Amino acid sequence: MKADRTLDCYGLFCPMPIIKTGEMLKEMRKEEILEIISTDEGIEKDMPAWCEMTGNEFLGIEKEDEIIKVYVRKK
Amino acid sequence: MSDKLTLIVFSDNLDKALAAFNIATGAASMGMEVSIFFTFWGLNILRKKKEVSKPKNFIKKIFKKINKGGYDKLKLSKFHMFGIGTFLMKNLMKESNIPSIKEMLSLAKNLGINIIACNTTMEIMGIKREDLIPEVNEIAGVATYLSKAKDSKINLFV
Repeated sequence: MKADRTLDCYGLFCPMPIIKTGEMLKEMRKEEILEIISTDEGIEKDMPAWCEMTGNEFLGIEKEDEIIKVYVRKK
Repeated sequence: MSDKLTLIVFSDNLDKALAAFNIATGAASMGMEVSIFFTFWGLNILRKKKEVSKPKNFIKKIFKKINKGGYDKLKLSKFHMFGIGTFLMKNLMKESNIPSIKEMLSLAKNLGINIIACNTTMEIMGIKREDLIPEVNEIAGVATYLSKAKDSKINLFV
């Protein structure tokens, strides 16, 4: 998936990926897509939950070995 | 109006403090308004390493010496083992990029989390405002806590 910005959360655990995502989205414009690179398995459940609460759109995940790429559209 | 989360941190264990900060910072990143009340042993987390004020009361003075404060002094609730266990756990946390309590405190501050110190505990333990770290933004009592907790969707005691 094509993203406007990429956030590197490699090796970070809960709650750091969602906190960094929140900070990054604040700097972005509406409808822009953020790609989050993570190695934390929990993010697969956490990011949809975080998006639901914050009103952003969870677009899905892509997995490559241990890397989990998460896509979020800013609303 | 945004949802609210209130946390009471009663204990000064490293593990419990970390759990409290995890929940608090997570909630704040989800747009919740977060307040953490540090009371009794929990107040030790907010104390400066070196005491500034000296209580006049003899027992308070001795107690303040024994009951050490500061986020660096926190022990694990299990496997402290005279400091070895806590030392090893801190190293493991560092290796796994888990923020320390110090980092959590500044993270909490940046996320706008309200850090409240319990005034009764301060009185009992002979702790003054100048003994507390600057991250503390309020000194208050049970009424403040209750008025916040009443409107909170989530309220936890750690």
